[in-house]
Formats: sequence, C-alpha cells, structure tokens
Amino acid sequence: MARLLFFGRLGDLAGAVERSIGLSQAHSVADLIGVLGQSDRLLASALGEDRIRYAINGTIVDSGTLVEDDDELAFLPPVSGG
Amino acid sequence: MRADIRIATQAFDPEAELAAFRIALSGAGAVVSFTGLVRPASDAGAVSTLGLQHYPGVTEHAIAETLADAGERWALEAALVIHRVGDLTAHEPIVLVAAASRHRRAAFEAADFLMDYLKSRALFWKSETSAQGKLWVEPRAADYADAARWGVG
Repeated sequence: MARLLFFGRLGDLAGAVERSIGLSQAHSVADLIGVLGQSDRLLASALGEDRIRYAINGTIVDSGTLVEDDDELAFLPPVSGG
Repeated sequence: MRADIRIATQAFDPEAELAAFRIALSGAGAVVSFTGLVRPASDAGAVSTLGLQHYPGVTEHAIAETLADAGERWALEAALVIHRVGDLTAHEPIVLVAAASRHRRAAFEAADFLMDYLKSRALFWKSETSAQGKLWVEPRAADYADAARWGVG
C-alpha cells in the first residue's frame, strides 16, 4: 500500500490527513492524482494546482516522479509557520 | 554549533527554555531570542483557535538543515528552535527562536534569518478558526520578501 498524506486545506478536502491506496504498478504523481479524480474530482483538482508541491518519502519531487506501492506521497500546499 | 530543535505538542514556557539554553552556553557573549504569540484577532475577526500542523520527521529534518545553514553563515555557538503544533488559543507562545554568538551581530541576524525561514518555508500549516469558520493561512507577500533578503528559496 502507498501512504498518501494531505496537509493543510487538502486534508479537509480529502476528509482525512492520511489515506492508503494499493498500487499494482508504479504510477507517476500526476497519474495517481488522475486515479483519485475518478472518485473525487474536487480533491484531484486541488492536488493538481501549481502551488501544490509533492514529496515522496520526505523528498520534494515533480509530478512525473513514480510512486511505488510502499512509498509515502505527501501533498504540500503553501506553508505558514511562526 | 549546538542545535536544538523541538516540535512541541503542548504549551511551553519560553522563559524557562531560554534560561536552559543560556545556562548551557560556554563562550557566548550574546543571546538573541524571538518569541511568537498567538494574536487574539486576525483580519477575519476574533480567532478562537489557531491550529498548527507539521509533517513529522520531515519538518524537523528541514529545520535542522536550515540551522546548519545558519551555522555556516554566522559564527554561532548554539541555536534553538521550538515550534508548537496542535490547537492553540490567544496569547499562547507559538514559536521560540534563539541564537547565541560571541558578539551580538551574528546572533541578531541568525535569529532574524531563522524566523524568516519559519514564516515562509518551514513545513507548517496554520488554520484560524473564527466566527466565519476555519481559514487556512498563507504567508503574506511581506513574509516572502523578508525571506528573500537572505538569498534563499
């Protein structure tokens, strides 16, 4: 299972911060967003916005990077701390 | 350089933390610290709860890299970052940054640098709950401009 993490407002849209998805083969981040869009177009649209960054196992990647079945993929909207 | 990083899930005491940081110093002649507090109101009105989220492990790792960067830019004996996560209420401390150096300038600049990083690039997500509902906060243009002063990001 791949672990998906939705931070900030993306967690509200997804209904949870964390979700698991079984991947029988590797998918690019962009393809995976497409798969999620089959059941939730609003979420997929938000995940594909320009301002969203992606991290696989804690490292920032681009949307063409492949996600394997045991990876952790995080969707990172604009940050705000302090 | 000694680097202390803590993501706090409960309220912390900035004065006690700063005292502990100072007592452990050996050769520093200057300590500069910044304490950030939850404002009781935002543009949307009175804020009942401020929610802070982070990416466990990854947020800490990136802060550690930034502390190491600060250690290369300035001659620091030690630096400290404590950042709250979870639900906070008005007036509670949300962040404490401290930098210690032999002379004051390095400590002033390093503390400023670290706060600009935490405001604009560190992996935290902040929401404000007011009478209007819950709103996710994004950095202001001024926060990005502040961070750009250091030639990073």
